[in-house]
Amino acid sequence: MGKREIPIRVLVAKPGLDGHDRGAKVVVRALRDAGMEVIYTGLHQSVDQVVATAIQEDVDVIGLSILNGVHIPISKKIIMKLKEKGVEDRLITVGGVIPTKEDEEELKRIGVHGVFPTSTPFDVIVGFIESNVHAR
Amino acid sequence: MDKTEDIRKDKERWVKDCLGKKPVKEAKSVSGFDLDVVYTPADLNDFDYKRDLGFPGEYPYTRGVYGPMYRRNLWTMRQYAGFGTAEETNERFNYLLKVGNTGLSVAFDLATQMGYDSDDPMVEEEVGRVGVAVDTVKDMETIFAGMPLDKITTSFTINGCAPIILAMYVVVAEKQGVPLEKVGGTLQNDILKEYMARGTWLYPPEPSLRLTTDIIEFCTKNLPRFNPISICGGHLRGAGANPVQEGAYSLSNAITYVERAVERGLDVDSFAPRLSFLLASREEFFEEIAKMRAVRRLWAKIMKERFGAKDPRSMMLRVFAVGGGGIDLTKEQPETNIVRASIGTLGVILGGAQAVMTCPYDEAYAIPTEESERLALRTQQIIAHESGVTKVVDPLGGSYYIEALTNRIEEEMKKMMADVEKRGGMVKLIESGYVQGEILKGAYEEEKKLISGEKAKVGVNMFRVEEEERDFELHQLSPETFTNQLAKLKAVKEERDDKKVKASLDRLRSALKGTENTIPYVMDVVRAYGTLGEITALMKDVFGKFREPSVV
Repeated sequence: MGKREIPIRVLVAKPGLDGHDRGAKVVVRALRDAGMEVIYTGLHQSVDQVVATAIQEDVDVIGLSILNGVHIPISKKIIMKLKEKGVEDRLITVGGVIPTKEDEEELKRIGVHGVFPTSTPFDVIVGFIESNVHAR
Repeated sequence: MDKTEDIRKDKERWVKDCLGKKPVKEAKSVSGFDLDVVYTPADLNDFDYKRDLGFPGEYPYTRGVYGPMYRRNLWTMRQYAGFGTAEETNERFNYLLKVGNTGLSVAFDLATQMGYDSDDPMVEEEVGRVGVAVDTVKDMETIFAGMPLDKITTSFTINGCAPIILAMYVVVAEKQGVPLEKVGGTLQNDILKEYMARGTWLYPPEPSLRLTTDIIEFCTKNLPRFNPISICGGHLRGAGANPVQEGAYSLSNAITYVERAVERGLDVDSFAPRLSFLLASREEFFEEIAKMRAVRRLWAKIMKERFGAKDPRSMMLRVFAVGGGGIDLTKEQPETNIVRASIGTLGVILGGAQAVMTCPYDEAYAIPTEESERLALRTQQIIAHESGVTKVVDPLGGSYYIEALTNRIEEEMKKMMADVEKRGGMVKLIESGYVQGEILKGAYEEEKKLISGEKAKVGVNMFRVEEEERDFELHQLSPETFTNQLAKLKAVKEERDDKKVKASLDRLRSALKGTENTIPYVMDVVRAYGTLGEITALMKDVFGKFREPSVV
């Protein structure tokens, strides 16, 4: 399948109080270098803020960066809030410190499509987004 | 021909003979400059022992800030700990002291670091998760229950909420009946680096700096044994800064703090002896050691020449150092992190640190368990008691390579610091996002090199094994932590005199709007059992919000 005419739009978000933004910012650059349009929320975003930005920016992908152990409850809240707003067709990914396979599976069970633990190469993330957004 | 010239010529000949037909790969330092294959006396330019090194404990302190260094006193072994409720953390501290920790270092949960009470809807998931939850002075009392504050020293990783944590600690000392002049410890209180890495800022830089200066002034006048600030390079390094940037940016931040304190009317020698620093040692062994020596030498010169310090203690850069950066720990084959942390720890000790924390090997997964903390501490103890490196001060001093690296790093830092000043200084560069952008460049390049394999990472981009997920014990947040913390907070709120709290908050508001030192007013709120969240909400209301510049 060929590339879409319009670039893929991605929101990279830092929900919660975690201030570790190296990974999020680096991924923003990598996705931009891969030709995507990327919006970065900045730090300390509430669940409502992340969801509002995703809707306002009409993104194809919502990428959450979480390194402080709250990946499951925060992802759950964001997905629920999106559903409440009637948004169920976006690709949702989570990156950061995902300690166990069990956590990865739990994230997928609650509706996260792609999970990218620390040290995941950029091309894996880019490839996943490209093939999954195009398949939609 | 003098001897140096002779060696230089001979080195050129040797390079031709040895490498002419079969060149070797180029090597670069982490900071980006080329490294020779071998170093000689000719690479030290006009090396002058007394001017450039001198003796340990003497200006310019290249070889260490204390004369006999570890021959007299070992560094303080200060593992970072804290989780759950104050009770759980008190228990972990007692354990760490029992197994040989010689100082304490408190990790606060993110709610506390960001100024929220545990009952704030914003923070439910965070209570006690990555550190201990502190809402009121009651929690602080419990953390230090049974630990006389004149007998132990404690380091607090707290920045945005530093005024509140300081006030609570001082009030606990009062309650314990310990005279303030006997209270020792260190407050991180380095807000500028929070905008550059780590992200626990609460207000815009200017009002934040006013609070930093309030703390320095208050401690100078009331807590002579307390370090009011720990200026951190280590976190910048984790965010993507190279060793030169780590040194240059943290010294530029330090200059900003000193200028503010001097503008406040403090004599430089009244507070500078209590400034402390935090540096990290990551993967490159020799460069990190040279960095610590270079930063020490440059700081001594800055204090003497620029700020006119007279007291030698004002010129001594004392370092709390982290062996092995969190960013270097791998999830893959996690035991390899024990080796990484050992190399990093040996590095900071050969670099002359005053206090050391070693990264526990499981921190790529979660905050450490009792067992991994103990192993990290054992790493320091083996270096201290078995390796013999403590017998002679600055054992690498005089190595052609180490001295050449120390000189080069100092030169590069000076250039970078001059550039910072030319561009308007750190506050301006933080507000515009310039320094964050420079650090991010380094992080992005590093990630690309890790992916391409140009930068080696054993177990990740080389020598990988496909392994089954290991079943090893990770720290788990106790499910009762949240409910216990809420119950404690509720009880305090019910018992306290709300009128007294409100009156003390009102007085704090006036002080924040004026120019008086705010710390005594924060202490009054704390004494009345006002909460960390109430004080922060008030400060946010007075100071406004910081708009993060876009750097990506």
